[in-house]
Amino acid sequence: MTIAELMETLPYGPALEAAQPALDWLKAHQNRFALFIGGRWQPPASREWFPTLNPANGQTLAQVAQAGPADVDKAVRAARKALAGWRQTPGHLRARYLYALARQIQKHARLFAVLETLDNGKPIRETRDIDVPLAVRHFYYHAGWAQLMERELASYEPVGVVGQIIPWNFPLLMLAWKIAPALAMGNTVVLKPAEWTPLTALLFAELCAQVGLPPGVVNILTGDGRTGAALVAHPGVDKIAFTGSTEVGRQIRRVTAGSGKKLSLELGGKSPFIVFEDADLDSAVEGVVDAIWFNQGQVCCAGSRLLLQEGIAERMVAKLKARMEKLRLGNPLDKAVDMGAIIGPVQLQKIERLVQQGVAEGAELWQPSWAVPQEGCFYPPTLLTRVAPASTLAQEEIFGPVLATLTFRTPEEAVRLANNTRYGLAASIWSEDINLALDIATQVKAGVVWINSTNLFDAAAGFGGYRESGFGREGGKEGLWEYVKKKGLRQPTTSKAKPKRAKLEASPALRNFPLSLPPIDRTAKLFIGGRQVRPDSGYSRVVYAPDGQRLGEVGLGNRKDIRNAVEAARGAFEPWRQTPAYQRAQILYYLAENLSERAAEFAWRIQAQTGQDGQAEVEAALEALFAAAAWADKYEGVAHPTPLRNVTLALPEPIGVMGLLCPDDQPLLALARLAGLALALGNTLVVVPSFQAPLTATDFYQVLETSDVPAGTFNIVTGVRDELAQTLAEHDDVDAIWYAGPREGWALVERASAGNLKRTWTLPAHGPLPDADEILRQATQIKNIWVPYGA
Amino acid sequence: MAATLPSAYPVERNPGTPFDLRLVEAVRVNRSAVERRAATLPTRRTVKKEWQAAWLLHAIRTIDLTTLSGDDTPGTVRRLCAKARQPVRPELLQALGVGQLRLSVGAVCVYHEMVPTALEALAGSGIPVAAVSTGFPAGLTPHRLKLQEIEASVAAGAQEIDIVISRRHVLTGNWKALYQEVRDFREACGPAHMKSILAVGELGSLKNVLKASLVCMQAGSDFIKTSTGKEAVNATLPHSLVMVRAIRAYYEETGYKVGFKPAGGIRSAKQALDWLILMKEELGLEWMQPHLFRIGASALLNDIERQLEHLAYGRYASMQYQPLG
Repeated sequence: MTIAELMETLPYGPALEAAQPALDWLKAHQNRFALFIGGRWQPPASREWFPTLNPANGQTLAQVAQAGPADVDKAVRAARKALAGWRQTPGHLRARYLYALARQIQKHARLFAVLETLDNGKPIRETRDIDVPLAVRHFYYHAGWAQLMERELASYEPVGVVGQIIPWNFPLLMLAWKIAPALAMGNTVVLKPAEWTPLTALLFAELCAQVGLPPGVVNILTGDGRTGAALVAHPGVDKIAFTGSTEVGRQIRRVTAGSGKKLSLELGGKSPFIVFEDADLDSAVEGVVDAIWFNQGQVCCAGSRLLLQEGIAERMVAKLKARMEKLRLGNPLDKAVDMGAIIGPVQLQKIERLVQQGVAEGAELWQPSWAVPQEGCFYPPTLLTRVAPASTLAQEEIFGPVLATLTFRTPEEAVRLANNTRYGLAASIWSEDINLALDIATQVKAGVVWINSTNLFDAAAGFGGYRESGFGREGGKEGLWEYVKKKGLRQPTTSKAKPKRAKLEASPALRNFPLSLPPIDRTAKLFIGGRQVRPDSGYSRVVYAPDGQRLGEVGLGNRKDIRNAVEAARGAFEPWRQTPAYQRAQILYYLAENLSERAAEFAWRIQAQTGQDGQAEVEAALEALFAAAAWADKYEGVAHPTPLRNVTLALPEPIGVMGLLCPDDQPLLALARLAGLALALGNTLVVVPSFQAPLTATDFYQVLETSDVPAGTFNIVTGVRDELAQTLAEHDDVDAIWYAGPREGWALVERASAGNLKRTWTLPAHGPLPDADEILRQATQIKNIWVPYGA
Repeated sequence: MAATLPSAYPVERNPGTPFDLRLVEAVRVNRSAVERRAATLPTRRTVKKEWQAAWLLHAIRTIDLTTLSGDDTPGTVRRLCAKARQPVRPELLQALGVGQLRLSVGAVCVYHEMVPTALEALAGSGIPVAAVSTGFPAGLTPHRLKLQEIEASVAAGAQEIDIVISRRHVLTGNWKALYQEVRDFREACGPAHMKSILAVGELGSLKNVLKASLVCMQAGSDFIKTSTGKEAVNATLPHSLVMVRAIRAYYEETGYKVGFKPAGGIRSAKQALDWLILMKEELGLEWMQPHLFRIGASALLNDIERQLEHLAYGRYASMQYQPLG
């Protein structure tokens, strides 16, 4: 066409970013990449290689090594060898390395962007304006934490050797999210990029060598799922950090169960995008574009469920369709396209299959009138209306440019629909009414909430999910905890290591206690829903003193008792969560008050059951309850300084219904410390008390009953610990489980928790209890709420 | 007079509607989201090579070539008009392969006193003369005099009148008064096309910009225009985005097409492309045409010429080679 003709229709012409510099870089490496282990490029012991393709045209970009078990072992050893030096490298020096990495990525920003677009198929606009700048920012931000660690995390130390497995949708950015905090906190890493998108990780490895990062601090192993599996299973790895599908996350949870490996999982989502009738609809339309057509919808936090208030649904859908006609899809190197290629044929087929299934289930499909390129792996932006909450489209993560639309009538219904999912990664809320928007933000179960915005990311803010979207955070101070552990962490103790028992006669508390009178027979039932109920089984077991003396009986709780207790705890959760912290504190103080009233009796029981100094333990328990009450209104969130005109609130929220399997030692103190803090922060509990000393917990019923603890908030089921642990760990309505017991029990609980990916915390059966800061962190999950503002 | 210029104004004029406060009160605009969209418009779209040449040549057709200085004289206005007639050197058009193109700007925009000079200088070119009016730029002269000023300019031969609104009506929420004022202006304009200048930089919020846009369209504006060029903040993409969305909403509501004119601070070819992209993305091809889109500018033309020269010859150009207006 001539310029005169072009003036008639004013089309966008091609605007291609040159691929040549990236292709030259590949060529300089003979289009072949070995493994980066111990600071050197090493061919794979497996002798296997595989191609990485450009999804936009199917052409092979390079051959990369398939790391086998021997290579994984070599890399883990290299990381272990480097660990000693790296963890002792002063924070300021680590900061300099991270700063240098940030600078290097920045200096080669365009090469990274083009390489990423070639390897992944996402538009150059995104790699250039989003992926690479955010990756740079992540290294800068964590250079700061390396600098500050000695001061700000004085009682923490690195976890050790970290295995990191990242997905193909944001290859460089996910690498940054994984490596920057790990290195900042003094860990060494073995990172496996996704087999479809290994190239930017390899370029990054080159930069690591260039900045003089000590060999072995960062090791990059390319390979497929087998490499990942070998890394996960390797005994020399102290922690696994994984981003990817919920299914693989579940497998990793099962495989690492009982290994003592720390684990963080960032998994799938089906995030709601909620538009209220008082929203700026034109802006909400742009929000949808950023939510579901960003990176072709291949985003874990994609706003894939559009919830529209009925009154504006029709208008909004019409606006969306008009907007979709304007989207441009094509060669991802074109600077003027909105959408590029789908990562590969497998994903494309999956998208097609799910959409067909959705249509078969009754959804109405709409796609823009323009044609999708025949060559390469492309799928058009797709809108589905009349989607029922029960349909596949509303429930399953599609991981493509497919939007499922549902409608709601009231804010309450919006919340119900939003939370009607197994996931809980992100949510986007559109309303010009701050009352409404913040109300919904606090009720949506999601780790990240964007108000009148979507898909905002920054290194200073935490990112991560609730529920089956995983656990752990990346970014912000909250992300650091995944890469540190408390100095001198407790190891599980054997029974031999138990402290010496005190003599029963030695306690002054007992001197005046009328042991001589025959006691009235007491029936210790279970405590469920605020009432003492008989165990379903109809069985009791005898509790003996250390010297063999018979002390009483407790009910043998079973599966059904756990079911009832969880149901009670679930029912009590929302009201308790919404009870002001001040009032929760008052109830904890009241518990202490009523316990203190009966201190002598409790001291006697403790001493009788454990042979320990009962009075001291009661005093310690009273102090623990006071501490819990104190923390109730002092475990505060923060406002992250993210580089936008907004308030980014990081709020600790209770996890929900928690199962708590108490340690054998210190039955009352453990109860007061662990349950007290969990309760203080708004969780509701199903407690399985110390097997050895359950009568302390059953005595506690009366204290609970007299202290205004709302029914269902605090439930106690006595019985066989590991049996009940199994039921609790498998229960889909339990959000977290704390288990104190032997290693085999850790494995059992962690494996069973994979079902709904509940958070687990395993503790030794004996020995000192954890510090409050750890308990508080375990009792909460951070929700980041982004609130942009502007008059 | 409009009937004599069918090609310049091919759409039915917006007659306005009765004042509808309901539509005005119902507006919702989220500044952060608007700014985000505005910021990514130029990063999501670009035009290169001959496509860019076509867009830039087209941009020239939409320019309201403007001089609004206290020291304007008949001499400077005649110079400007000569530039309006021949905005690009013929040899450069030849080099771009569009030597046969009859290229002129959208209009020449001057103060009332310069209307006769401009008309004379543009005689036979078909380029309309626009007069700024109603106590431009502050709009604080008596209402009666504003109407007389419009009438005088129309009588003098101005085919387009750029009026300024009373910002106080917006800032005090007196939408009915704003409606009445602009209605009166429109009546005074008669056959001349009316562009309503909102002076967005003085309206305090995007919400006010949106509301004022709707009221001005209800009152019968042919165009809504961002700025006089004399405010501290003039044409910005976020303000413009809000205004073109208002135009779209008004069109969907009434079926009438109202034009858009960003003015003030648009000096570079790149900026002109950004605004054309905005129009294409939010409203489509028709709203990129001179009867629905104008860029108010004085220095812009020379920068576009420089870019065209680069596109034609592959080397960067100097301002001294671009004839002054």
